[in-house]
Amino acid sequence: MKEIVVISGKGGTGKTSISASFAYLEASNAVIADCDVDAANMHLLLDADFSHREDFFSGEVAVIDEDICTNCGECYDVCRFDAITKTDEFHKVNPINCEGCWYCSRVCSHGAITMKTQKAGDLFISNIKNGGIMAHAKLGFAAENSGKLVAKVKQTARAKATQENKDYVITDGSPGIGCPVISSLSGANLVVLVTEATISGLHDLERVYKLVKTFKTPAVCIINKYDLNLDMSDKIEQFLKSENVEVIAKLSYDETFAKALAQAKTIIEFDENSEISKTIKESWNKIKSVVDTDK
Amino acid sequence: MTITIASGKGGTGKTTVSSNLTYYLSEMGKNVVLADLDVEEPNSSLFIKADKVNTKIAYTMKPVWVEDNCKLCGKCAEVCNFNAILALPKGILTFPELCHSCYACSELCPTDSLPMKPSKIGEITEYKTEKFSFVEGRLDLGQEMAVPLIAQTMEYVNEKFPEAIKLWDSPPGTSCPVIEASKNSDFVVLITESTPFGLNDLTLAVETMKVLGKKYGVIINRYGIGDNSVEEYCQKENIPIITKIKNDKEVAKLYSKGELIYPKIEHFKNSLDEIVEFIEGLK
Repeated sequence: MKEIVVISGKGGTGKTSISASFAYLEASNAVIADCDVDAANMHLLLDADFSHREDFFSGEVAVIDEDICTNCGECYDVCRFDAITKTDEFHKVNPINCEGCWYCSRVCSHGAITMKTQKAGDLFISNIKNGGIMAHAKLGFAAENSGKLVAKVKQTARAKATQENKDYVITDGSPGIGCPVISSLSGANLVVLVTEATISGLHDLERVYKLVKTFKTPAVCIINKYDLNLDMSDKIEQFLKSENVEVIAKLSYDETFAKALAQAKTIIEFDENSEISKTIKESWNKIKSVVDTDK
Repeated sequence: MTITIASGKGGTGKTTVSSNLTYYLSEMGKNVVLADLDVEEPNSSLFIKADKVNTKIAYTMKPVWVEDNCKLCGKCAEVCNFNAILALPKGILTFPELCHSCYACSELCPTDSLPMKPSKIGEITEYKTEKFSFVEGRLDLGQEMAVPLIAQTMEYVNEKFPEAIKLWDSPPGTSCPVIEASKNSDFVVLITESTPFGLNDLTLAVETMKVLGKKYGVIINRYGIGDNSVEEYCQKENIPIITKIKNDKEVAKLYSKGELIYPKIEHFKNSLDEIVEFIEGLK
């Protein structure tokens, strides 16, 4: 089983539209993982049925028992996260600020503070279009630990792929370079970088690629909207060449992305014979040939 | 007044709107400062031609083991709730990337063998143009936690520019970094696009703002490209639509080069006027 992770650094480059197209093409032989857990939306394109749901618990939050609290302030003094406020009769926890470190509960000499496990989100396994399977999640509102939820989604997708004898896991990663992305990248066989021919597309690509390099995972790149700025597209290609990253496709600026999306269709379904669909199909075949030859 | 410019979905135009709006407000004679809080991928500086005036190294405090008096009692590992400390028979191992800087290990150690020392996480850079200042937080590669740097960047701006209108260019998403960039603001502007992805991610962002108890409004960008679902949602939920920015390839082209939009595109300038009018109405 091989895992392919699609990431972009910058948001809005077409990453999810492209990975959903791959998912549609390879549905019968892949499990899909939507790891953009704090704004998960791939399910919209793949018609996920949310057939299996489980709670995802992660992190804890301090709770002060008002009846026991003597208002002594020990907890307030040790908290580094501004999570404890004083009132006239007792101290209070602001759950949004609480980091779940336990320090306050350990120092409270009255035993007034307990730690409560928090539900951080929901994990789903869905049947999707074309007979595929997808693992995805929804992070709770204003919840933390998205990195851990990403790890859980990946783990679920891999287990499902092994169980169902599928050859690929296709992972839609999250934007940025922080904990959710680091979680998305771990254990992948190939990284597909999706960028766009804009000044920020190049900047964010350079940054996220440095991160990819620390994982020593092979990478290929798709340049989206290349004809928006040919000069920038050249600069991106030069950068990738200097890093020995192959450009497997260049897609033109095309409102098909939004039009297909408005009908909740992948680009392939929207018009199977369009140039853009052909290019995406070729890219996917190329990706498979790269991971299949990689030992 | 502090305004956060956020979005659930990435790539909807946060940086385009915040950088153009800052220039526009400053040209109107307003005292305005912009902070790029998308510390994982900061790129406002690509759109703002400015001189660097100050760089501050940003640190978080991490425990460092000092062997001298340590009795290897293991208390530090026991009180760490993030698995960032391992007590071995012959020494203490710390894992700074897992550490949340809560100080419990350091302060509960009976022999003071784990003093907290500063560890670099990124840089805060202040820039100056003719008419306004701009501050960027930039996370070092390999650092997982954006929140402390976002907090320090805001603190830097608040201390240095107490009187200014502050615009926070937020990271995308709905989790900890966005919450940090929104929780102390007076108003949150959510930028979205009129597609099912835009709507899905907007509803997530709105729910987050409700939990935080924030006031918020919506800007619909690339208006006309998808469907009407975002507008219908805002009407149903009574969320103010601050402006609709027309879908226009020329805007995308200017953006791709790092150029300002409003001096060249009239409808974009009209949208900025609507945003300014809305902000004035908030006071």
